[in-house]
Amino acid sequence: MAHAHQLQILKGLIKFKSNTQKIWGVLVLLTIVTSVEVFLGITKPESLMIKLVGMKILNWIFISLTVVKAYYITWDFMHMRDEKASLKRMVVWTAVFLICYLIFILLQEGGYIQDVYSTARIKYNF
Amino acid sequence: MDTTVVNTGTEGRIWGGGQSPLRASYGKMMMWFFIVSDALTFSGFLAAYGFSRFKFIGSWPIADEVFTHVPFLHGQEHPMIYVAFMTFILIMSSVTMVLAVDAGHHLKQSKVALYMLLTIVGGLIFVGSQAWEWSTFITGDKGAVQTNGGNILQFGEYKTVDGKQVFERVAIKDFAATMPNERVRRERNTGLWYMSESSIPPFTIEEVTKGLEAHPNVLVRSQDLDEHGHKIVLSREESLNQVKNNGKVVVKGANLYVNEYGTSLFANFFFFITGFHGFHVFSGVVINCIIFFNVILGTYEKRKSYEMVEKVGLYWHFVDLVWVFVFTFFYLV
Repeated sequence: MAHAHQLQILKGLIKFKSNTQKIWGVLVLLTIVTSVEVFLGITKPESLMIKLVGMKILNWIFISLTVVKAYYITWDFMHMRDEKASLKRMVVWTAVFLICYLIFILLQEGGYIQDVYSTARIKYNF
Repeated sequence: MDTTVVNTGTEGRIWGGGQSPLRASYGKMMMWFFIVSDALTFSGFLAAYGFSRFKFIGSWPIADEVFTHVPFLHGQEHPMIYVAFMTFILIMSSVTMVLAVDAGHHLKQSKVALYMLLTIVGGLIFVGSQAWEWSTFITGDKGAVQTNGGNILQFGEYKTVDGKQVFERVAIKDFAATMPNERVRRERNTGLWYMSESSIPPFTIEEVTKGLEAHPNVLVRSQDLDEHGHKIVLSREESLNQVKNNGKVVVKGANLYVNEYGTSLFANFFFFITGFHGFHVFSGVVINCIIFFNVILGTYEKRKSYEMVEKVGLYWHFVDLVWVFVFTFFYLV
């Protein structure tokens, strides 16, 4: 049962002495990321409102920080770091592929309908 | 002569049988696969939310204006603070959960029990906070007028804050006139037993129109966005015209049909997704309680394995993981 835990995060940049210590370390990391998100969400700096690939830079920052948080929750809290590579891939690749596909297809369609609503002459015939 | 194959030639190979090639027990692996499918369900909901949002990109409510309340701080606006607190509570309960799993690896029964209890408390605080958030959202804040076409007209006035002109919302009750009104809510016990209706809006369109005429500084803000992404404030004439000729009903708060903050789809998705997540948290708390009692009774101590704690922990962390995404897509983006 008590198999060994991998104790380094950030590609070995930070190495913890025990599993308990690693848990608290990850909590600190998640708290920092969340605070940054909340700070940006309250202040909404004007310089980050520029659009980049269809979305505001601020929103890209939010989404990437969320993915960072998701990574640490899965890897360290759910102990994915200690699982075999094959199990990791079964879970992560499947989910990531299907979710990306779903998001792409639905957002594409939503954008298209918005386009029809706002520009086309026939509005309810698409 | 051998008529059956006794030797498959796969002995000793990883997938040859007789061992667990993924080095995870059946239960744990199935929990992972359940989590993948549940993640797909949630991403289906969130992608549908994104679909509707892209469809009505010009009139989606600003989350900052919707969720500004903090308990015990009446009348003050603190966007994000409360939901940040909720997020922190859930992350914290994830931490106690993973500490329980860790204590389980070392077979420390009392420590596992303590951490499980803390996790349950964290989960309950979160569900309670969500209930409060819902009730604030349902009760509403300043009220708005819904037009015949289903758009929302909000009211406000320009104020000078730190030398800058800022548009601040005004509550309908602060400017609407009071007119004698005979209309009462129809209930089953006051008329025909099969006829009833939902609660009557606090003001009529006539009262709002009259109040708007009496207050020359109050303007209407529409849901449409200008090129900078700010909602367009109508001129005085247009404001009066819209409310008088287009206004249908006064709405306060949100439910599945109306939403004073913008399109009712926003409220629908909010209730559905946070509700579904809240249901996960609730069932997580129930499952945690069952495991907690098993820990106290010493079931896993006898088994010399706390793997059940690990499995339920996976589920609990998953609930936290989903919240991280819900938080981003409902409150931040």
